Amino acid sequence: MSAYFPTMGLEIHAELLTKSKVFCTCSAEFGGAPNSRCCPVCSGFPGTLPVLNHKAVEYIIKAGYVMNCEISRFTKWDRKNYFYPDLPKAYQISQMPRPVCLSGNVKINVDGEEKTIRINRIHLEEDAGKLVHDDVNRISLADYNRCGIPLIEIVTEPDFHSADEVIAFLEKIKLLLQYAGICDCKMEQGSIRCDVNISIAPKGSTELGTRTELKNLNSLKAITRAIEAEIERQEELLESGERVIQETRRFNEQAGETVAMRSKEDAHDYRYFPDPDIPPIIFTEEELEEIRNSIPELPEQRIERYVSEYSIKKTDADIIVGDKRVCDFFEEAVSEYNNPKAVANYIIGELMRRINLGEADMDALKFGGREFAKLVEYMQTDKISQANAKNILREMIENGGDPKSIADRDDLWIKEDSGALAAVVDEIIANNPKAVEQYKSGDQKVFGFFMGQANKALKGAASPKAVQDYLRKKLSE
Amino acid sequence: MDITRAKIRDLRRSLDSREIGAEELCAEYLKRIKEKDKKVLSFITVTENEALQSAKRAQKMIDEGKSSALTGIPLAIKDNICIDGVRTTCASRMLENFVPPYNATVIEKLNAEGYVLLGRASMDEFAMGGSTQTSAFAKTKNPYDLECVPGGSSGGSAAAVAASFAPAALGSDTGGSIRQPSSFCGVTGIKPTYGRVSRYGLVAFASSLDQIGPIANDAYDCAVLLNVICGHDRRDATSARRDVPDFTEKLGEPIKGLKIAMPKEFFSDDIDPVVRTHVTNAAKELEKRGAVLVDCSIPGLKYAIPAYYLIACAEAASNLSRFDGIKYGFRGEGRTYDELIRDSRSRGFGEEVKRRILLGNYALSSGYYDAYYKKALALKQEIIKEYNDIFDIADVILTPTAPTPAYKIGAQDNDPVKMYMADICTVTVNIAGLPGISTTCGYTDGGLPIGMSIIGRRFDEQTILQVANEWETGFVPLSPEL
Repeated sequence: MSAYFPTMGLEIHAELLTKSKVFCTCSAEFGGAPNSRCCPVCSGFPGTLPVLNHKAVEYIIKAGYVMNCEISRFTKWDRKNYFYPDLPKAYQISQMPRPVCLSGNVKINVDGEEKTIRINRIHLEEDAGKLVHDDVNRISLADYNRCGIPLIEIVTEPDFHSADEVIAFLEKIKLLLQYAGICDCKMEQGSIRCDVNISIAPKGSTELGTRTELKNLNSLKAITRAIEAEIERQEELLESGERVIQETRRFNEQAGETVAMRSKEDAHDYRYFPDPDIPPIIFTEEELEEIRNSIPELPEQRIERYVSEYSIKKTDADIIVGDKRVCDFFEEAVSEYNNPKAVANYIIGELMRRINLGEADMDALKFGGREFAKLVEYMQTDKISQANAKNILREMIENGGDPKSIADRDDLWIKEDSGALAAVVDEIIANNPKAVEQYKSGDQKVFGFFMGQANKALKGAASPKAVQDYLRKKLSE
Repeated sequence: MDITRAKIRDLRRSLDSREIGAEELCAEYLKRIKEKDKKVLSFITVTENEALQSAKRAQKMIDEGKSSALTGIPLAIKDNICIDGVRTTCASRMLENFVPPYNATVIEKLNAEGYVLLGRASMDEFAMGGSTQTSAFAKTKNPYDLECVPGGSSGGSAAAVAASFAPAALGSDTGGSIRQPSSFCGVTGIKPTYGRVSRYGLVAFASSLDQIGPIANDAYDCAVLLNVICGHDRRDATSARRDVPDFTEKLGEPIKGLKIAMPKEFFSDDIDPVVRTHVTNAAKELEKRGAVLVDCSIPGLKYAIPAYYLIACAEAASNLSRFDGIKYGFRGEGRTYDELIRDSRSRGFGEEVKRRILLGNYALSSGYYDAYYKKALALKQEIIKEYNDIFDIADVILTPTAPTPAYKIGAQDNDPVKMYMADICTVTVNIAGLPGISTTCGYTDGGLPIGMSIIGRRFDEQTILQVANEWETGFVPLSPEL
């Protein structure tokens, strides 16, 4: 057991899902050919002026509400001045003393225990561009497409004491932002990024140790590894009588260790001051109320609704809501076939199983919730056997299409052909006199054997119920 | 046709009556520039080709009966207002070859009228200065005395109008940059209320103070230009959502009963006696015509210069940070980014610009912010309040435009503080966001013009234009010999 305990706080940057950038009308979409999504305003040409995109303000207010923040009635913008080639104005428009959101909280669940993480503030700012380094030609190129994409920065209080808590919080935030339609939270595309401030102190100590800031963390896995590596590094320093230096560190994924980037002494003096180009905003209660009312259903409300209205098990509801893509798929399916329980079961039992096996990808499904719902409906109403349903789903995963045309094409419908049923069952009974004896002497288990044999031979041509009825009748003769 | 000190409204009449064609008129001005601007150096770039082309288009508009106030009217535009496809240098090496791919909003409005661009007027580098001697390309001289400065920073615009190189010009005013050169060059210039004219496309010096405005031969022509360039612009969040009146509407209305305040601090011993005398005499004349003179005080004036320079330099330091030699403009040398921007900025900017960037960054740096920048903002509020108090008892305020007439070139070169102090009469108007107009009230024995300023309530350009117009009625301006 370590003699130290870690304390962490997070700074999370999330790109907002607005159509256009925060201070100009350029598209805020991810990607694009270099410098194809910028204009004189976002590339900082002389004489151009920023004009605030009010959608971005609406989104940050929503973010504030979903994280139980206080929304400032008065908010303003500041300039954060520093030179860097990816920042064409040489200042970032951000918010210093009057952010839109203050003091919120978010509940997380770690190992069955609920914990509250306090939010210090959320403010709105613009993203910077990207530098592409060409090591061969020894040049760097600037791509300003990302310049001016609206970002919110969520700053937490130092309320975390383990990597698990950090991950649980990030997963929670991710869901909240996704469900509220604020951010798509694609860590791999950088639409959500997280810096970790981390320090350790001897157990029982009331004072916090000197902190370092971890940057460049590109996945949840990297965050866990970086936190663990940094705790270990700081422990080793303290154990050997050395001090932790306040600095910014980068995580080297290959080496699995954190590396110093710059010390506190090298830190910029950002010379913040109010941006004279953007007037402050004063919100009215009506405006805030309207924005608050426009927030879509959040994860917890959904889980509750699924359990109470749909009678879905809490654990199943958790699974479905736990991935917004799955949940949207589920909603679409239920709108087609109003049997939520059956739909949920088949999503969890079959679709997600295949996704987990790597056979399907939620981001690249070749069919929608409606087609999936039809399949479940056919199965539930004895139009297609379970075995054939699985085959149809495989076909849909591989090549797309709707279950009806696949069933038509491959002749997979249950036909309720009594002649065929009688022929098959009669033959099985005739070929298995021993089993018939067993059944007649009261061994009910052998009934399953007959069912299996019959279904196998019928290949779904008769519904299980018809097979069962006919079998019982014949075996009782 | 004699274009000496020609008024826009007279040119309009001549153009519409076919007395002169737009191309012919344009050629007249170009000819005069070609002959005489060698002495004055009011232009950085003369856009001869563009001018003749747009004059041709303007003539077509006139022929089709589609002419409006400025169709075919040639203008000089200060070199810090972006024009699509036309080099816009801000009189700085940094932007020596910068050609913007967009128009300032005021240029779009002028284009819609069919104006004719004669060229880019010189200015102090990035509008920082009051003499036009910090221009990297054309150190403009005063047409009334070529050994004197034309004032600044819009010295090129004012000199061009005074020398009849253009009937009017656009300038920009951050701390007096329209009014002071108008005063030195004996023309009329107005700084509109902050927010009246879109700043989109004006290369920013100090964003909370900058405002574009006209310089012309009289208040009436200023009003004609204001009618075109004012109005809300969705590309400038600080532009006001206010209706734009017809600024010529109140011109000629009597000023009877109008209260004119004369704060005593503007008539102290720091003001050259010749200036004080002429402004005071003008006030007496206005009194004779029915105005009521009101004594008052503006104690905050003594803090005006430090407050102004802290705010202006802080904003400038940030605004000018974008000039790093990476995307456009002058690129120095260096193996790393830091070396490259250091060299670009060291060599691209002139001394005065660098001084103000240093001042601004100092005032904003951590540990000094509260002592300097924050105090300056508090002083701004105090100055606004003192002006409000005066406007409770008066309709307009009358002051000298500058403490002295135009001074000799080089006289203030080694004393930046003295140079800054010379802005004392104009900067508070920018700090408070008020409209102010300068018009000529007399001449020194040596024939140098002396200007007076009339300051109005926010968005009340109409009244200060009315007073200036009243004064100009009967005043005979002297034209410089060139």
